[in-house]
Amino acid sequence: MLLRLVPDNTHIKFMWLRKVSFPLSIVLVIASLAGFFTIGMNYGIDFKGGTIIEIKTDGPADIGAIRSELGALNLGDVQVQEFGGSDDILIRVEEQPGGELAQQSVVSRIRTIFEDDNVDFRRVEVVGPRVSGELAQAGAIAVGASLLAILFYIWFRFEWQFAVGAILTTANDVIITIGLFVLLQLDFSLSSIAAVLTIIGYSLNDTVVVYDRIRENLRKYKKKSLTELLDQSINETLSRTTMTSVTTLLALIALYVFGGEVIQSFTLAMIFGIVIGTYSSIFLAAPFLILLNLRADALSSKDDDEEKGPNAKATV
Amino acid sequence: MLHFARWKIALIVLVVAAGILMTLPNFFSTKQLESWPDFLPKNQMVLGLDLQGGAYLLYEVDKEDYIEKRMQGLVSDIRTTLREDPRIGYTGLGVQGDSAQVRIRDLTRLDEAEERLQPLVNPLVSNLFGGQPVNEFDLTVNDDGLIRFTYSEEGLDNRLTYIVQQAIEVIRNRLDELGTTEPNIQRQGTDRILVEAPGEGDPERLKDIIGETAQLTFHMVDQSMSGEQALQSRPPVGTVVKMSVDDPPFPYLLEEAPLLSGEDLVDAQVSFDQRNNEPVVNFRFNQSGARKFALITQQNVNRPFAIVLDDEVISAPVIREPITGGSGQISGNFTVEGANDLAILLRAGALPAKLTVLEERSIGPGLGADSIEAGKLASIIAGTAVIVFMILAYGRFGIIADLALLSNIFLIFGALTVLQATLTLPGIAGIVLTIGMAVDANVLIFERIREESRAGRSVISAIDAGYSRALGTILDANITTLIAAVILFQLGSGPVRGFAVTLAIGIFTTVFSAFTFSRLLVALWIRRRRPSKLPI
Repeated sequence: MLLRLVPDNTHIKFMWLRKVSFPLSIVLVIASLAGFFTIGMNYGIDFKGGTIIEIKTDGPADIGAIRSELGALNLGDVQVQEFGGSDDILIRVEEQPGGELAQQSVVSRIRTIFEDDNVDFRRVEVVGPRVSGELAQAGAIAVGASLLAILFYIWFRFEWQFAVGAILTTANDVIITIGLFVLLQLDFSLSSIAAVLTIIGYSLNDTVVVYDRIRENLRKYKKKSLTELLDQSINETLSRTTMTSVTTLLALIALYVFGGEVIQSFTLAMIFGIVIGTYSSIFLAAPFLILLNLRADALSSKDDDEEKGPNAKATV
Repeated sequence: MLHFARWKIALIVLVVAAGILMTLPNFFSTKQLESWPDFLPKNQMVLGLDLQGGAYLLYEVDKEDYIEKRMQGLVSDIRTTLREDPRIGYTGLGVQGDSAQVRIRDLTRLDEAEERLQPLVNPLVSNLFGGQPVNEFDLTVNDDGLIRFTYSEEGLDNRLTYIVQQAIEVIRNRLDELGTTEPNIQRQGTDRILVEAPGEGDPERLKDIIGETAQLTFHMVDQSMSGEQALQSRPPVGTVVKMSVDDPPFPYLLEEAPLLSGEDLVDAQVSFDQRNNEPVVNFRFNQSGARKFALITQQNVNRPFAIVLDDEVISAPVIREPITGGSGQISGNFTVEGANDLAILLRAGALPAKLTVLEERSIGPGLGADSIEAGKLASIIAGTAVIVFMILAYGRFGIIADLALLSNIFLIFGALTVLQATLTLPGIAGIVLTIGMAVDANVLIFERIREESRAGRSVISAIDAGYSRALGTILDANITTLIAAVILFQLGSGPVRGFAVTLAIGIFTTVFSAFTFSRLLVALWIRRRRPSKLPI
């Protein structure tokens, strides 16, 4: 007997469920945006500038002593925390006033504290004010540009409602993931941008699979009501949607548990994003099409679509 | 969909075999690889700095400092030019913001002054503008006698280009002298330099060596007054006060124009003073330097001269006798490492301008090794979990999907090795993510086959339809991810790029292995077993 996550021939009324899923998403999106603008994200040094030093001490480290020694240096906001073990310490120092040179002196001053102890400097990262501004800009452009490029691709392959629906779905995922960053105050760094972009890719991947089926069914069942047709399409792809989420989550959870401290917040964001992405491609992506008045348009443009040749045929 | 021509089968098998073959060297040590026959590939994956440890340093030319120094030089040139016979009276000569200016007293001689100062705009040859000479400075003359030199935009760009080129050369020399293995030094944008030194365990020393301007000059000491006196009053025209490196610093009054500079050196070595066994740096001048040095020392016996490094007086010995051999010695309370560093800097040459560190990331070799271990473990566990899950869910077809997944992993590693793309920690995450998502294509196909079979199709027809109908979806889904990966690569830097590369490679190999390779396996299976019942 083979494992089935979803029984064959389900008939769940997803369109009816949008009465729950829409308000839920709206509340989550508003809460995330509110959190983003009031509490704000915990930007890492990539975007805020500053210094990160990871050290490994000989035997368990005395965090209190390290904290007070660092406090005496007058470096402003300094955080000291364990990083994966009692002998592994992460020190974060905020950006120093006084330009690029001031950041450099932080490292040498901290080094003098540990000079006599047997301490291994495992990682030193210093980002000055100029670069951090540029990195933040490049990151924002990367997210915006990829959303735009994907919007055009889907527009080219499907009707416009699909493109708009896909972008709304994806924007929902990205905003709620950012909400998670705010809520847990996860370090938002360059690799978090990579995580967000991966979530965009995955969420779209999922949404496109559902949309593909909807388009196929639109051609097959011309008499069915849109609600019925969307429900059927989601039910048909439900098994695949959950299977893929489970295999991807299996891989990511392995990475989260065994992949080491350095990429843990990166993986956590992705795990969360996959869950949200799966939720949204089931509960949001298709209902958006109703909201955007799909049927009338889709029927009229259907015939042109068929004439597009082998490209369009391949998807039938 | 299920028919394969012989040559197609051969080609598909060949691609998978090539993937395995290219991945193979990564399992062996470099020593073992040496004994391999020549026809086998020996390239191993390139590990990013975050995996093998090393230092990443982003420098920027300190523009303000450079402009200020250049303007000071220009002011002294203006002074010399106007004082030439017949002397032109002037006032208010100095650096103003980022320009140099002077006011001519006698307005009737303004044209004469302009003509005389004109050559100082310093024409530069630039290929950018079709060989048309570009002036380094713009010269403006006001009717009220004010003459001003400002940097022209092209002039500054031209200088920066030259400075960055030269700085890269100097940094390369210094790192070579230091024995850094395979450093990567490259220009970024107009005025930035990226230095990557894999395996460098001591980034502080690296920074010390790169960051030092190492401008060495030799000046005569002006004895008309003491350094303290000059500090309190004003130093005579043509002289400057420079502090010594001693603690507390001691002021020296020096002639402004250097007699000789580090450019005239050909060699510098550490040795030990025979009297007190302190480390010293011995240097040797080139021919013209040696001649000049001999002349100077002949004319100035019993007068002190100063050795100045980056605006600080290292030592100011008195010339006891003419030095004609073209070599000399710098002694200045050095530590052995200090003397060694100075010798390296003198051999490698001076930086044309001050460099500032904008960004620094260094990873110790210990952390890198830990990350590789963690990445390996996570990949193996992730792979095993997915493989077991696929067999549980799809039985025999799950095995086929797993074979496709394995070939996919080999192809990813093979491609990374052949392309010599850098594998970073986020890159490993990208591979693990690909492992999870790679089976997606097979899931799509298998679910489709189940559906088609439920709809009443025969086994073979259901499988055929499953593959052909899933293709469009697979392509659409993967192209969207590819778009994200490409943009990530374009705009990202360092580790993020590594992630984008593995993600993009993963998409291509996934479509190949999950669609084409698994289809071949299914076709071969059908040919042998001729199944009458669908096993999924």
